[in-house]
Amino acid sequence: MRHGRTRFLIGALTAPLLLYGVFVASPYVQAFYLAFTDWNGLSGQARNVGFDNFTSLWSDTAFLAALRNNGLMLLVVPVATIALALFFAAMLTMGRAATSGVRGSGVYRIVYFFPQLLSVAILGVLFQFVYTPKNGLLNGVLEALGLGGLARAWLAEPAWALPAVIAVMIWAAVGFYVVLFAAAMESIPRDVLEAARLDGAGRAATFRRITLPFVWDTVQVAYVYLGILALDGFALVQIMTVGPGGPDNATEVIGLTLYRSAFTYGEFGYASAMGVTLFFITLALTALALRATRRERVESA
Amino acid sequence: MRRHATEPLLHLALLAWAALVTLPLAWAVLSSLKTDAEIFASPWTIPGQLHWENWARAWQEASIGRYLLNTLIVVGGALALVMLLGSLTAYCLARYEFPGNRLVYYALVAGMLFPVFLALVPLFFVVDRLGMLGTYHGLILVYAAYALPFTVFFLHAFFRSLPTAVAEAAFLDGCSHASAFFKVMLPMARPGMVSVGIFNFLGLWNQYLLPLVLNPDPDRYVLAQGLAALAVSQGYRSDFSGLFAGLVIAILPVLVAYVLFQRQIRSGLTAGAVR
Repeated sequence: MRHGRTRFLIGALTAPLLLYGVFVASPYVQAFYLAFTDWNGLSGQARNVGFDNFTSLWSDTAFLAALRNNGLMLLVVPVATIALALFFAAMLTMGRAATSGVRGSGVYRIVYFFPQLLSVAILGVLFQFVYTPKNGLLNGVLEALGLGGLARAWLAEPAWALPAVIAVMIWAAVGFYVVLFAAAMESIPRDVLEAARLDGAGRAATFRRITLPFVWDTVQVAYVYLGILALDGFALVQIMTVGPGGPDNATEVIGLTLYRSAFTYGEFGYASAMGVTLFFITLALTALALRATRRERVESA
Repeated sequence: MRRHATEPLLHLALLAWAALVTLPLAWAVLSSLKTDAEIFASPWTIPGQLHWENWARAWQEASIGRYLLNTLIVVGGALALVMLLGSLTAYCLARYEFPGNRLVYYALVAGMLFPVFLALVPLFFVVDRLGMLGTYHGLILVYAAYALPFTVFFLHAFFRSLPTAVAEAAFLDGCSHASAFFKVMLPMARPGMVSVGIFNFLGLWNQYLLPLVLNPDPDRYVLAQGLAALAVSQGYRSDFSGLFAGLVIAILPVLVAYVLFQRQIRSGLTAGAVR
């Protein structure tokens, strides 16, 4: 049984570790080094500039706009998505004591989930059409509803461009979390719900006192995933918006500023500094989200 | 009493979201079969006749067919590679004790914590120096490398949960380590492999950022990348119906797969999230 053990392990692990080391681990490590240089892509020209790249970030209007926009997304996308998903999931699993959820529950899940499977690039192209002023779907719907006065060039107006992008993110994400939360809600023991009903608890009270505490772990996971999603937004913005990132930096996101600095202007050291900043923001938010939601659970339980 | 009164309202809310999800997609399909003039006239009209030639134009002139083939090659290659390497790695780390085991595991899994944007610049130069920019094998290797952490993480837990007795019996029967893995353990891990396989397939199929940076050759564009390039380039702005057709062709394979395997796909993806 011991025979050939070491040989097997070496044979099995060499290729994957090499692959991971070359294409994943080494770029991450290099990024932390490059962030402190003024490298512009030509070999032998990287000069150590200390924290210069990081201080320049704070006077870079595009980067500051990106921070603000990702911050807004971070406030809106997770909360709105989770609220909608909890609402729909609760309705799909309601009345489970009698039957298996609302009529057509299975069909709703199938339909709701589908956007999750679409590439962000496809979403970007599709919704660029939806928001097109003259022959787009959104203005067409508004006119059909007699709300033609609300029709506008959604992606061309600074006040509406970012909400338009955020709406696409929520549109695409809700279904996935409906399915996730519905599955968690279905694992709540039937007798617990039954007991609450016998005690005279209404729907709202049952949801707040029983359902929510039961699915809180899942909500916590959802919050972290959605937070990471909200810190991205690159593909949607790059494909959909004017500029991209416009109008007037209204939809600039960190990923886009980084991409432009690196691959349009060749400021690779500077772009790496943005990557490092993004990494620490992600790390801090994950830790924060996990802590904040944990405290919440103790209170509501 | 109150419950009965709110019931129709709740159904209405469910229906409204279903409509909100379906409408843009149905509209895209409808528009892909119209003439440009019909599209400009109104978003609502049903096409006078079905203009399948839009699809043919998108497939050939707009190269959607070529992008689809590129995507199949790259995603197929990367998926095969990451499933093989990921399952082997997960199995070795889960079932063999050796010095550095934990270190290797955490180093691999840490890859999931970092935003890809952080790696983007150095990755571009790594791939460039290897002469792999804009090549199939370069993209396959990078895709597989970035899918590896989650694959190992997911399957590691799965291999841990399998009973040890079966593998020991296989060794007593004279199985080598490799054949115990391929003939005994891998078949037992099938449910986990299917879940993570679906997860990886969709993740890789939908990649946009990596090909955008690492795959500059228009002949090698993958579907998401090619479609976005078409939509952004001014030349095709005039051919709305063709662009809609390209969009629908790009959605179609995923839709067909979803209709066929919707239960497995949903449980595969959601299992990935709660791990």
